[in-house]
Amino acid sequence: MSRVLVGVKRVIDYAVKIRVKPDQSGVVTDGVKHSMNPFCEIAVEEAVKLKEKKFIKEVVAVSCGPSQVTETIRTALAMGCDRGIHVEVSGKDYEAMGPLQISKIFAALAKKEEASLVILGKQAIDDDCNQTGQMTAALLDWPQGTFASEVTIDGETVKVVREIDGGLETIKISMPAVLTADLRLNTPRYATLPNIMKAKKKKIANMKPADLGVDMVSRVEVLRVDEPPTRLAGVKVETVDDLVAKLKANGTI
Amino acid sequence: GPHFISFLASPSALTGSALFFHYTWRRNCSSAVMPRITSHYTIFPRDKDPRWEGVEMERFADEADVVIVGGGPAGLSAAIRLKQLAKEQEKELRVCLVEKASQIGAHTLSGACLEPSALNELFPDWKERGAPLNTPVTEDLFSILTEKYRIPVPMLPGLPMNNHGNYIVRLGHFVHWLGEQAEELGVEIYPGYAAAEVLFHEDGSVKGIATNDVGIAKDGSPKDVFERGMELHAKVTLFGEGCHGHLAKQLYRQFNLRENCEPQTYAIGLKELWVIDEKKWRPGRVEHSVGWPLNRNTYGGSFLYHLNEGEPLVALGFVVGLDYTNPYLSPFREFQRWKHHPFVAKTLEGGDRIAYGARALNEGGYQCLPKVTFPGGMLIGCSPGFMNVPKIKGTHTAMKSGMLAAEAIFPKVTAEDPASETAGLHIPEYEDNLKKSWIWKELYAVRNIRPSFHNYFGLYGGMVYTGVFYWILRGKEPWTLKHAGLDSAQLKPAKECTPIEYPKPDGKLSFDLLSSVALSGTNHEGDQPPHLTLKDDSIPVANNLAIYDGPEQRFCPAGVYEYVPLETGEGMRLQINAQNCVHCKTCDIKDPSQNINWVVPEGSGGPAYNGL
Repeated sequence: MSRVLVGVKRVIDYAVKIRVKPDQSGVVTDGVKHSMNPFCEIAVEEAVKLKEKKFIKEVVAVSCGPSQVTETIRTALAMGCDRGIHVEVSGKDYEAMGPLQISKIFAALAKKEEASLVILGKQAIDDDCNQTGQMTAALLDWPQGTFASEVTIDGETVKVVREIDGGLETIKISMPAVLTADLRLNTPRYATLPNIMKAKKKKIANMKPADLGVDMVSRVEVLRVDEPPTRLAGVKVETVDDLVAKLKANGTI
Repeated sequence: GPHFISFLASPSALTGSALFFHYTWRRNCSSAVMPRITSHYTIFPRDKDPRWEGVEMERFADEADVVIVGGGPAGLSAAIRLKQLAKEQEKELRVCLVEKASQIGAHTLSGACLEPSALNELFPDWKERGAPLNTPVTEDLFSILTEKYRIPVPMLPGLPMNNHGNYIVRLGHFVHWLGEQAEELGVEIYPGYAAAEVLFHEDGSVKGIATNDVGIAKDGSPKDVFERGMELHAKVTLFGEGCHGHLAKQLYRQFNLRENCEPQTYAIGLKELWVIDEKKWRPGRVEHSVGWPLNRNTYGGSFLYHLNEGEPLVALGFVVGLDYTNPYLSPFREFQRWKHHPFVAKTLEGGDRIAYGARALNEGGYQCLPKVTFPGGMLIGCSPGFMNVPKIKGTHTAMKSGMLAAEAIFPKVTAEDPASETAGLHIPEYEDNLKKSWIWKELYAVRNIRPSFHNYFGLYGGMVYTGVFYWILRGKEPWTLKHAGLDSAQLKPAKECTPIEYPKPDGKLSFDLLSSVALSGTNHEGDQPPHLTLKDDSIPVANNLAIYDGPEQRFCPAGVYEYVPLETGEGMRLQINAQNCVHCKTCDIKDPSQNINWVVPEGSGGPAYNGL
């Protein structure tokens, strides 16, 4: 009965040097190394841990995007998820896809799958939005435990320790709920080869946003993408007086 | 430190004189403690390590008909050919391929001018299938460079460098396409899993491979996420690790495969991709040069190819023979300063560098071919080394060797009774097929060109030899010249050599090492034992630094090796920045102490090349 939905996003690998497309409409993604968003890995690990501790029965991994995202779902299955859902989005819809559309998809799926928990990464490393978890909770009118660094299930409630600016905050929320994973929640396990082979036999269902009653129209239009400004060279000065003079000259003091 | 432990374990530790030596060694060292560098289990076995007591070491195992190590042109061509034969003859065949890169093509680096001969045999309909051969060669230029000028050399038909009929390709994309064809045919491809160990039957034949363990900490101890790799067993295992493979190194020793050939000699190739000013773009143009900035006794040269794939992209790079003698030479900095030559700079000015990478390549050719079959396995591609050096092409021969291997294997693995003496199949027919094929004829014809550079006139002597004996006689001369021996033995002590004054990078045409490494996209899990293992941690300072001024600081194209001052006391220590490694294998080849043993790190680590 107790089912968890986990969102996994396929993003450009964090170690790759990003290049802006010549037409400045976005970044180059063709042939570039992609991997699962690190915070999504932590979300998957937490869901699988909860299943191993027998708090939940089934973990469903969900990803939205073109055919390549099935590799990301496969990795989640190899880490221990039971089945996957691939929501097909491609072309212009995929380029314009953002937290609002994703949260609508997740809200619809959470209802359809009768999930008790939706666990997401706190943010994706490509857009850094940090909105999908919060929007999903709002659409479902469910409580949210975001920036989770510790999750404990106790009957029908969840105790969440959250990482906040001032330190740590502990809250208790009732299920069903949305959780978003922060860095220190856990250390994700490796997707080992025997598990990748087993994962090939696990099911991945295909569907389109329209099947869930979600329209992918974006309210955001990207006008232009630029490289960050090149860092100016530093200047070395000989004495403190020189430093003061330079700071005065450029108006800093 | 570990040196102490391993010394005491040796029989000589029992004698009084040995203890005395050890005591004086400790006295002569500075009072500072040398931090331990190597922690890998290939140097410090886990069965003797108390931290590994009680850890479950059993591995999950699976069976295939054929296992292939390496998803490059050779490995993929072998896999494809096997599945094509299976389809033709309606037989079932399980073919598994493991590749250490996170995706097929991510560790592939080459010039490259592809000769489509092998591809035409493998897929006569490659064009319909969408193979990314988009740039036929239209212009072919060869130059001898001096510091300021360029001497054009006519590219006569029949010279090995002539590229008529060939295509400029981004080999990483071509390999990725081969991977897609292989998957369509039903090959099981597992990128992100490195073959870390060769497995043997009781009779000594190869049983298969085991993939890398994961979750070992930097100090060699097990982490919570530790998991053993997996065993893949096969009737025959193909090793296509590319130039200087680490498992191949082990197999040479195990089966004595190199007893009748010369030691392999190598070069390092560094490459960049640039988006240039459209006005300077000449799609299909191939440029090669020799001469400046190398002196006449250092083998090497450059390439610059104009691709035709939509945007004004050029692939350029520099190759330096690893038999160079001056330990102050830095192949990376030679590459960077070559770009300032007026003939090169004029193409690159106003352009943007978008990619960087490096890889060792074979130079030995015919004289260095080992035995390629052994019980349970065979070597394919650049691993044994079928590169045609004067043509600077190895992809077509690598592919052909994979195809020949598949054709020799297929009848044996699908036979009802393989009638084999050993549990792992020994298929010497592969070697016979190679000797009858065009690979052998080609390599034989050019066998004397590279060694002909070992004369007083160096480069010029070599070019004269090529002109006379190759162009006129096509390699029919009855003698076979020898190479100079191991590359690692060629360095002269630093005190006999002059340091080279390299210009500072200008940030527009030439760049510093670390920003270049960043462009390779290379990364590794930080908390793992360095995969650049040292047999003896004390040798770098005692030998490499003391005699050769630490040449690894200069020949590594990724800044892995740094000699830094000790934190306390006097003296230096070697720091290994394993995360920067781009898997080029140059250090394993060129280390004058032959103390560095490159082993495979956790799978999916390494560069993230995109169409290089």
